[in-house]
Amino acid sequence: MAKPLLEINGLKKYFDVKGGVFGRKVGEVKAVDDVSFTVMEGEILGIVGESGCGKSTTGKSILRLIEPTEGEVKFDDRDITGLDEDAMRKLRGDMQIIFQDPYASLNPRHTVEKIVGEPLLVHGMTSAGKRKERVKELLEVVGLSEYHASRYPHQFSGGQRQRIGIARALANNPKLIICDEPVSALDVSVQSQILNLMEELREEFNLTYVFIAHDLSVVKHISHRVGVMYLGRMVELTDKDKLYDDPKHPYTQALLSAVPTPDPDEKRERVILEGDVPSPSNPPTGCAFHTRCPQAMDICKEVRPRFEEIEDNHFVACHLYT
Amino acid sequence: MSDIVLELKDLHTHFFTDSGEVPAVDGVSLTVNKGEVVGIVGESGCGKSVTSLSVMQLVPNPPGRIVGGEINFKDENLVNASNKRMKQIRGNEIAMIFQEPMTSLDPLFKIGNQMVEGIRLHEKVSKQEARNRSIELLKLVGIPRADEVIDDYPHQLSGGMRQRVMIAMSMACNPELLIADEPTTALDVTIQAQILDLMRNLNKEKDTAIMLITHDLGVVAEICDRVVVMYAGQVIEEGTTREILKAPNHPYTKGLIRSLPNMKQKEQKLYSIPGTVPKPKMGRIGCRFAPRCEFAFDRCFQEDPALYQLENGRSSRCFLNDKTEGSLTGNGETIVGN
Repeated sequence: MAKPLLEINGLKKYFDVKGGVFGRKVGEVKAVDDVSFTVMEGEILGIVGESGCGKSTTGKSILRLIEPTEGEVKFDDRDITGLDEDAMRKLRGDMQIIFQDPYASLNPRHTVEKIVGEPLLVHGMTSAGKRKERVKELLEVVGLSEYHASRYPHQFSGGQRQRIGIARALANNPKLIICDEPVSALDVSVQSQILNLMEELREEFNLTYVFIAHDLSVVKHISHRVGVMYLGRMVELTDKDKLYDDPKHPYTQALLSAVPTPDPDEKRERVILEGDVPSPSNPPTGCAFHTRCPQAMDICKEVRPRFEEIEDNHFVACHLYT
Repeated sequence: MSDIVLELKDLHTHFFTDSGEVPAVDGVSLTVNKGEVVGIVGESGCGKSVTSLSVMQLVPNPPGRIVGGEINFKDENLVNASNKRMKQIRGNEIAMIFQEPMTSLDPLFKIGNQMVEGIRLHEKVSKQEARNRSIELLKLVGIPRADEVIDDYPHQLSGGMRQRVMIAMSMACNPELLIADEPTTALDVTIQAQILDLMRNLNKEKDTAIMLITHDLGVVAEICDRVVVMYAGQVIEEGTTREILKAPNHPYTKGLIRSLPNMKQKEQKLYSIPGTVPKPKMGRIGCRFAPRCEFAFDRCFQEDPALYQLENGRSSRCFLNDKTEGSLTGNGETIVGN
C-alpha cells in the first residue's frame, strides 16, 4: 500500500470583495470551501469541474501560490501551511506546477535555456556549465533537442511550448506536479502527444500528479482517481471506473451526460441542466447544487450535505445517500 | 430537399504578408443544402475560420483577399458582390455567430439596443416593434426574464447567456444560413449541451441551414448531418457524419479520431499523429499531410492528390483511393486492429 504524499484537510480560500469609496470589505467569494482529499504516492488524481468551480484555486493553494484562508496541507507528512517563505521556496523543488497557457507562462524575453535553467539556479545549482548540461538533458527527456535551448518561446508551437513548461517543472526532480489544464489550449493531435509524454514521465521518474482539467475524457484517460468539484466544493471522489460507470452525485451524472462523444451510434439519456452555475460570492444555502438539481429535496435547501464515504473508496456529498 | 443554399467552388483566399503570400484557403469546394447542418472540422490553422469569413466577405483586406473561386449563395456569386449588397446579406440572409461571445457584443450598449439596431437595419419597423420582437427572440432562445435582460449590458450576463443573445440576434431576420464559428468552444460542457440543443431546435423548427465550424468531433457527432474535414487549407475528406466517424477514409481523419481519449475504452497509450500542422505556404507540391502520414509513399510527395469521389457522395483526398494504386483493404483493417 502506497503512502499518502499529499493530504488536504478542510482547505478554504475566500477572496475578499471590496467595494464602496473606502474599499471596505463588502463580501467574500468562497472560491474553495472546505475541500479535503489525499493523493497517494505515484498516483494521478484528476480534478474536474466547470469554470469557476475552484479547481485552479485549489491547485494553487496547495503550492501556496495563493495563500489558503484555512485548512491543512500536508506534504510528505509535514504540514506546510505554516512554513515561512524561505522554507516554502526550498520545498517547491519537490512540488511543481504546469500551467494551462503555454503562451503566457513562458517569459518571452528569455531563451529556453534560461527558462528551464532558472529553477535549477534557485535551488542551488550555481555552476553554469552544469546547468547547461542539465537543461540539455531535460529538453531531450521531453522530446526537444539541444539546439532548441538558445531559442525564444515565440519560435515554438503550442505543443512544443507545453513541453518546455514540462521540462521546467521537471528540472529539480520533483515528487509532485500540479498540472493545471495542461492540454486545454492544444489541438487534438498535439494533445495526445503531450498526454502520452506525461504518462511516460510519470513512470520514468515516479511522479505524482494532481491533474486539473475540464475535459472529462482527458481526465478519464490519464487519472487513477477523479474528484468532481462544484462551486468550491468537492461533490464526488472515487476511482475513475466507478465514477464514469456509476456516478452517484446528480451533478456528476449531468456532467457526464453532457459530454459529446464522437460515436454516432451511442444514444444516451441526456440530462440537460438548466441555468448557470450560481455566483460563488452568494452561493445557495444548503447543498450548492440544489438550484439546478433535478432530484432536489427540501432538506437540500437547508443543510449542507457532508462529504462522506458511502461505499468503499467512494466519497459523495449528497443527501440522497445519507 | 437538396436545394443548395451555399456552394463554394475552388475558393482561394490568400493573405499577402511581409513574409510572402500565404494560401490560408487553398481551393475549397463544398455545398450546404437547405435545412442541413454541415460541420467543418480541423485543427487550428487549417483554414476553417477563414473559409467562413470569406463567405461573409469579412476577411480583413489587406492583407487577405479572395483570389479565386466562387461563393454561390442561392443564385448569386458573392465574390464580386458590392459592399452595399453584402450589407443586405449579412445578418439578414446569412448570419454568423462567433466563438467568443464577449468580444462580439459591444460592451457599451444594452443588449436591447444592439438587437434593435440589427433588426431596424434590415426591416422597416418601429423601435417599439423591434424591441418587442427582440424580447420574443430572447424568450425563444431560453433566456429567463427576457423583458429585464434586454436592458442589461453584456457584462451582466454569463458566457452561456451571451452566446444565447448572439444566437437570438442572428435569428432576428430569419436567415437561410447560419454560420457558427466554434460557438461552444468557450463554454462549459453543461452549457455547451444547452446551446447545442438550442441550435438543433432552431434548425428543425425554422429549417435554417447551419455551417458549424469546430475542432471537436464530439460536437460534430451531436448535431451535424454532414462533415467536411479540412487540413492545411484544403478539404481532405467529406461525407455523412456517421460514415466519417465510423469509417474514416483519409489517414488524417483516422489519426484524428484515434487520438481522442475515449470515455469507453481502457487503452493506456493514446495514438498520436507525429509532428504538427504545417504552416501554409505557396508552391507546395504533394499531399499536405504526407510528412506526417504513416501510409505515405513516393507519389504522395511528388503530386497533389485529387479529391477522389467515393460511393454515397463521399470524397477523400488520398492516393490510396486511386484504383491504380491497388486496394485499400489492408489499410482499413489497421485502424480496427490497433
